[in-house]
Amino acid sequence: MNPLDLVRTAIGNSFRSKLRTGLTVVAIFIGAFTLTITSAIGTGISNYINAQVASIGAADVLSITKTTDASATATSGPAKYDPTQATVNGGPPGVSIKPITASDLTVIKATPGLSNVNPITRVTPTFIEYANNGKYVITVNPAATLTKADLAAGAQLSENSTQNEVMLPTSYLSNLGFANAQAAVGQTVTIGINDYQGVAHEVTATVVGVQNETLLGTGVGLNQNLTTELSTLQSVGRPAGLPLGYPLATARIAADSTPAQIDTIKKDLADQGFTASTVADQIGSFETVINGIIGVLNAFAVIALIAAGFGIINTLLMSVQERTREIGLMKAMGMSGGKVYALFSMEAVFIGFLGSAIGALVAIVLGTVVSSALSNTVLSGLPGLHVMQFAPASIVIIILVVMLIAFLAGTLPARRAARQNPIDALRYE
Amino acid sequence: MLPQSYRVAEKGGALVSEPVLMAPNVLVAQNVLVAQNIHKSYGHGASRFDALKGVSLEIAAGESIAIVGKSGSGKSTLMHLLALLDDPDEGVLLVEGTDAKKLKDSALNRIRNEDFGFVFQQFFLTPNATVLENVILPLKIAGVGPKERKERGMAALEQLELADKAKNKAINLSGGQKQRVVIARALVNNPKVIFADEPTGNLDTATGRLVEDILFALNRDNKITLVIVTHDVELAERCDRQLFLRDGMEDAQQEELLHPRPLERPAQAPAQAPAQTPQSPPMQQQPPEHPQNPPQQGAAS
Repeated sequence: MNPLDLVRTAIGNSFRSKLRTGLTVVAIFIGAFTLTITSAIGTGISNYINAQVASIGAADVLSITKTTDASATATSGPAKYDPTQATVNGGPPGVSIKPITASDLTVIKATPGLSNVNPITRVTPTFIEYANNGKYVITVNPAATLTKADLAAGAQLSENSTQNEVMLPTSYLSNLGFANAQAAVGQTVTIGINDYQGVAHEVTATVVGVQNETLLGTGVGLNQNLTTELSTLQSVGRPAGLPLGYPLATARIAADSTPAQIDTIKKDLADQGFTASTVADQIGSFETVINGIIGVLNAFAVIALIAAGFGIINTLLMSVQERTREIGLMKAMGMSGGKVYALFSMEAVFIGFLGSAIGALVAIVLGTVVSSALSNTVLSGLPGLHVMQFAPASIVIIILVVMLIAFLAGTLPARRAARQNPIDALRYE
Repeated sequence: MLPQSYRVAEKGGALVSEPVLMAPNVLVAQNVLVAQNIHKSYGHGASRFDALKGVSLEIAAGESIAIVGKSGSGKSTLMHLLALLDDPDEGVLLVEGTDAKKLKDSALNRIRNEDFGFVFQQFFLTPNATVLENVILPLKIAGVGPKERKERGMAALEQLELADKAKNKAINLSGGQKQRVVIARALVNNPKVIFADEPTGNLDTATGRLVEDILFALNRDNKITLVIVTHDVELAERCDRQLFLRDGMEDAQQEELLHPRPLERPAQAPAQAPAQTPQSPPMQQQPPEHPQNPPQQGAAS
């Protein structure tokens, strides 16, 4: 038998007992469907995170904090008070942040491999207003200049501009009085801020872009120029002797740094008492959690597929039994054991293909519908999030893996068929 | 080696030659099949059953031979061995002069596929496949292309006047039609030998006669060697030669089977046994078995 005939005959044979084949296909379908859905969720969420945070582009930015010596307090009581130590307000309750001081900045700047070291200034403006539409409370996204925003309209904040620029989240638009994202771009907004002694000041800034709502830290993005100006206003009236501190500093590293070079820089900083992390590190921990969840879901799907594999074994064993005479006849007519084996293996692979292809197809159709329905209802607050995204490569891999499982399941029945003695097979009643 | 020499013989047209038939021992190689002192048993220990106890046979190209015997005589086992579907426990089987044991699997499969055709009492047709699909199965196994397959399948069906049934499902045919489809299937690869196991066993007398005529016409016109296994003495008589088997051995008392007595009584069997011995030389190899034969035979019938 030539290969084409083998395939055709195998496909024809699998349709001979439609009910039995159908039930096995359903079993495989369930496994393949689950696997496709879970992998789509994995792809969808990773893509979303990447769009929100990782697309950042700012892979060449290190965030640097002062390493907190938590263990010291646990074992040897509270650390000795240092009156020159600056304090920073903010941070999660119960966690004391050691601020980076001016002298720390000098140390960081001296570390080889770093350039453009900037402290992240925490500014706390009080309101934002557009065209006398009323004043609204403003929340600042302190990491805005570090990341590339997922834009709804306009452009990214420019780092070196001497203009005051803001990036609005989509949720601010209607309150401020913008019809849509496009309408906001280019408009001037007023931002209010109180100085150290409670005197109100106002600053104007241009909206350069509108950003989709993100999972991590929503807020208005301010460019460096505006931040500096606000910071200056904020410090008006501040006693000169008070040490100034920053929760965080950023530094640029060469964009083409290898992981080894980055590790060296991190180690240098760690030796000097700083913790440095790249954006990839921060996202990495996020993705590890997501991947863990997806992994568990996939494990369930694989269990379903293994159960389906036994279904294939059962189906084919019955098939071999039913076709004992036919196998005997084919062997009597000179069909080699290898070809008989190939015929039954092919049948198993075809059943696997049928189940996985239908499973993947239904998963794609259903997943797309459910995903877009969710995006428009429950998850409408998170624009850009598609819970399920179907990557062609992973679907092809799923189908191939299911076919492999089917082939392995078909091995036992196919071997039994191949080993049949033509005489015994022909005598079989 | 074997396929080549076989091909040469085929092209030379020397399928049948009288000297071969007359003096088989001189030109063994010209015999299609030679069986020498074949033993075959099934099972082990107490359940051991000796199906064949030393049978020798030479089949010349182009002849028709009937292997005749009652149920359990070993005739089907002998046919299976001759058709290379099974291996003998003892004895030598020569195919075109080559020891079958020395044939590789691939050569064995080629011989089964191209040189042998099979006709079975139970037909062994795939019920839900069409008549044509059933007929071209050997060609499909041989790897012949779809177009040629169809042409040759239709030619074989036309030869058996079944061309109009080509697209019918095999399950919808009558017994006689089914057996003709089986013959068409056996014929489609232009085999050298057709093995027929009780070809008329499932057919009524008239249809059976028709099928017999077709088989003997193939033997006569296409020079196909015919090996028929049957318990039907009338069918056996139509063959050139008969081999009578009884309890796994050649039974020289052909007349008794050719002209069976109306009632076969177990008591008569022992009387026949001594008469066999001088007539059949192969039997002399197992004198101790003879006293055991009559009781076995009595128990069997």
